[in-house]
Amino acid sequence: MVTATETTAALARPDDPEAGRVWDLLAAVTDPEIPVLTIADLGVLRGVEADGDEWVVTITPTYSGCPAMHAIEDDIRGRLAESGIAARVETVYDPPWTTDWLSAAGRAKLRAYGIAPPAEASSSKRSLLGLDPVVACPQCDSRNTAKLSEFGSTACKALYLCRSCQQPFDYFKCL
Amino acid sequence: MSERDLFEYALRLGDDALTLGHRLSEWCSNGPYLEEDIALTNIALDHIGRARMLLAYAAKVEGAGRDEDQLAYLRDCREFRNLLICELPRGDFGDTIVRHFLIDAFHVPFFGALARSDDPTLAGIAAKAVKESRYHLRHSSGWLVRLGDGTGESHARVGAALSRVWGYSHELFATDELETRLADAGIAVDREALRAPWNQTVNEVLAAAGLERPGDDWRIEGGRRGDHTEHLGYLLAELQFLQRAYPGLQW
Repeated sequence: MVTATETTAALARPDDPEAGRVWDLLAAVTDPEIPVLTIADLGVLRGVEADGDEWVVTITPTYSGCPAMHAIEDDIRGRLAESGIAARVETVYDPPWTTDWLSAAGRAKLRAYGIAPPAEASSSKRSLLGLDPVVACPQCDSRNTAKLSEFGSTACKALYLCRSCQQPFDYFKCL
Repeated sequence: MSERDLFEYALRLGDDALTLGHRLSEWCSNGPYLEEDIALTNIALDHIGRARMLLAYAAKVEGAGRDEDQLAYLRDCREFRNLLICELPRGDFGDTIVRHFLIDAFHVPFFGALARSDDPTLAGIAAKAVKESRYHLRHSSGWLVRLGDGTGESHARVGAALSRVWGYSHELFATDELETRLADAGIAVDREALRAPWNQTVNEVLAAAGLERPGDDWRIEGGRRGDHTEHLGYLLAELQFLQRAYPGLQW
């Protein structure tokens, strides 16, 4: 069984200088739905490898039906084309994406953007038992919050209400 | 294990996801209120995403030069392999919730088992799907309890929906020679083994909802053979209209 730590290790920027350069260009591509997050922050960018004259960029979707994947693929090809780099994008499903791959920087950026980051590890007992986590309001930090809907503005988020500041907010679900 | 069997299996699962996702997408802008409209269509996206992955894999295994779009848009009713429960009209909100609850309660153990398949592509798709299905089940079981344990009107209507849909749920567990061969090869899931976990979930939630489990006095099957209800033709007429009217159109 592959643990989250092992799979996260595979996300590191490649050591090879050429591959590292391509990685750095791609690491700046942002999620069209959450423009403060890069595909590297999200863990959607899985790998960069040379294949002859062409680069193969591997990505994985957050959710099966994530409609942002097409835009992300186009942005990846566009970004590399600007630098004269030929690339093809391949999508992998295994290992399945998990919110555990969200970087610490990514979590902080989410909160600053007004989206509560995943409250706990996807393997935590509460998460496995399907219990609702305690979610802190990204606006006022209150823990007095309530879930309004299992699904928010996108499939990866739920809709919450802060009972302290009375503001609704999106919560990035543990997956 | 023959490639033909594997193609057929991926096609079955892909067609289940496509028809179910399409029916849910019909709620777009018709949901009972904004948040629920968004929830139903987000779930529809999960199913349509699975359909794309599974049909793309079926096309690759087939190796006949077709892609997932051609499989989705250019086959007629008799060539579709989905379970009948997936193609039933969306009905009212109660029908939709009942259908999804019965299927979500099945999908959680089904995709959990398929994630251990010896076929790495199917296992990868399933490992992703099972996480989503746990959320789907929370959504549909939460609603079933609210409707069943709600007002006299909601209780009566969701109870009627349950008796309309129930007879179609048996096909979830139907196994034929093809799936038995693939299960023996470590590829497919033994559906019979999922009855116990499904029964447990269904009985618990129905009890919490104050709904009586319907009797098993009727059952309808045939989707895997291409014998469909009259509803599938209308579904495909809408789903496939653009490619039929403007062959090869892209945007």
